[in-house]
Amino acid sequence: MAVEKLHLAPARGWSGSPLLVHARRLVRTHAIRLAALYFLVFAISVLGVLLFVYWTSANFVVQQTEATLDAEIAGLAEQYAQRGLSGLIQIVAARSAGGRGDAMVYLVTDPNGRPLAGNISGWPAEVVVRSGWLSFGLERTRNGHSEIRPAWGRLFAIPGGYRLLVARDISDAAAFRGQVRATLLWAGLVALGVGLAGGTLMSRNMLRRVEQVNRTSERVMAGNLSDRVPLNGTSDEFDQLAANLNRMLDQIERLMTAMREVTDDVAHDLKTPLSRLRTRLERALHDPSADPYQRETIRAAIDEADRLLTTFNALLSIAELESGARREGAEPLDLAEVARSAAELYEPVTEEKGFVLAVKTEPGVEIRGERHLLSQALANLLDNALKYAGGGTIEIAVFRRDGQAVLEVADHGPGIPEADRQTVFDRFVRLEPSRTTPGNGLGLSLVRAIVRRHDGSVTLADNRPGLRVRLQFAALAS
Amino acid sequence: MKILVVEDDRETAAYLAKGLNESGYTVDCASDGRDGLFFASSGDYNAIILDRMLPSMDGLTVLGALRAAQIRTPALILSALGSVDDRVKGLRAGGDDYLVKPFAFSELLARLEALLRRGTGSATETKLRVADLELDLLTRTVKRRGQPIEVLPREFRLLEYLMRNAGHVVTRTMLLEHVWDYHFDPQTNVIDVHVSRLRQKIDKSFDHPLLHTVRGAGYCLRAPS
Repeated sequence: MAVEKLHLAPARGWSGSPLLVHARRLVRTHAIRLAALYFLVFAISVLGVLLFVYWTSANFVVQQTEATLDAEIAGLAEQYAQRGLSGLIQIVAARSAGGRGDAMVYLVTDPNGRPLAGNISGWPAEVVVRSGWLSFGLERTRNGHSEIRPAWGRLFAIPGGYRLLVARDISDAAAFRGQVRATLLWAGLVALGVGLAGGTLMSRNMLRRVEQVNRTSERVMAGNLSDRVPLNGTSDEFDQLAANLNRMLDQIERLMTAMREVTDDVAHDLKTPLSRLRTRLERALHDPSADPYQRETIRAAIDEADRLLTTFNALLSIAELESGARREGAEPLDLAEVARSAAELYEPVTEEKGFVLAVKTEPGVEIRGERHLLSQALANLLDNALKYAGGGTIEIAVFRRDGQAVLEVADHGPGIPEADRQTVFDRFVRLEPSRTTPGNGLGLSLVRAIVRRHDGSVTLADNRPGLRVRLQFAALAS
Repeated sequence: MKILVVEDDRETAAYLAKGLNESGYTVDCASDGRDGLFFASSGDYNAIILDRMLPSMDGLTVLGALRAAQIRTPALILSALGSVDDRVKGLRAGGDDYLVKPFAFSELLARLEALLRRGTGSATETKLRVADLELDLLTRTVKRRGQPIEVLPREFRLLEYLMRNAGHVVTRTMLLEHVWDYHFDPQTNVIDVHVSRLRQKIDKSFDHPLLHTVRGAGYCLRAPS
């Protein structure tokens, strides 16, 4: 069923471009949904890894800065403890002058905020004077122009209103963090791009394989029993699926062939003796010594044998039609022409039996089919109408509906109750009131077999009153 | 008239040979496809009755080989396969007529005679005559004893076929096949009504009926004896 839908949907007229149709189909397929899901999971994990890397490397720099600051502070605290404020000022002055790179920042101020020692000229503008960790902008002059650089440090209140600031210029760390961020961003983008491309490729590959399976099944269902799914030799799951399908198709083909052979054999082996039976009866009929009573009996026996053979032939025809492989006789044909020729053949007999035969046809309702088979289907429907309807109008109609070609036969007889409308197509099914009329219960089975051979459908409906049989086929473009 | 019967079932072959002999034909029998092809290749038969399913070489293959060798002897195919499809396929393969087994001998004889006549009637004749009944193929008119008779197009075709086979039995199935191109038998007696309407027109107001029903076989249009 799914195959049919896939097959029918584009035909039902998306007016968009083929590209759009393709894109829509792509979105609807399982493969693309799977690929999207995988991409999502992939993207989330890539993002997670990158965030973790970023966080740990950034944190590492912060920790290093803090460790350096702690070591400095510990050294200064020791000096202060041993030698008091003057010792502290001395060591700060020494370290400030030490030229250990310009990363460290020291400042000691008196209670009025005047600097006593340090390598910056004054209290940085926005620093709030309170103890604890703080980050601030540090104005530095380098190569003649000043710039604000980020700094991170600690402020200590020393008894007597003095203050000590120990900080570190962290512009290198910030630059490093920026570098890491940029690197990770690019790495992430590349990974996602590769992931997206890979997912699309994977899904398209999957889609292609599934499509191959679909196409093959469609062709097989269309009657090309010897078609097989191509293998690509990788022995992956798809190859295994294809191989299994092929084995299944082999088996179906074998069974079909066997059935056809059995059918042919039965036709030959059973009909030959029946043939002889009829021949002997016929010979007996022409025997000059037979009296009229014997002749009558023989004639009745021949009639009975003929009825048996009619049933037998109908069964064989149905079996052959349903086995489905051959359709070389199909050609473009006008349904109206089929209807008119059947009407022409049946018109006198319908009139004789007290019916009116009405034919309504639209011009140019063409299908691809076999005229002899369609004529036979139509004749069977007319035979049924004549047998069961009792009188009134029998209508044959040919028209187009929703892009389909329709051939309809409607009568005003008793119709068929809704509950029986499916079962009447089965072989030998005859509804209660018709059991007494002659017939073999194969007429509608044959109609259905013929319609199916044309990839069409047959439906029974209420004609209020009566029966309306509708045969629908794919119409050729007018 | 020499007829070749290619049939593997001995009893059917014997019955055919006997019946055909009684009807005045000389009959040769072949029991498989290869022999059949060998006999038929001589080209000195007036018609071939060919079973479709034969040992060694099936009937349609034999026919194909014959037609490929430019041997145009009329062939009547006999077959146990009776679907519309099979008939059409048999006719397309070069068969001139197709008869489904089992058949009434009268049907076979009627068809065989129709086949044998097909070669003789000149294609250029424009008027067909049976007694005082006349059918003009050019003006599409029918006259009896000089009086015009109105017929519908399908009745014209029906009458034409009956007249071409005048004096011989024509079966319902033959009419369905040749006049309507229907290769199956409808369950309704559609042909009988067509024939009886035609009979109304050509026989009703005349003393001697021309169109006769042959019981158990079909119809025959013939001049009063």
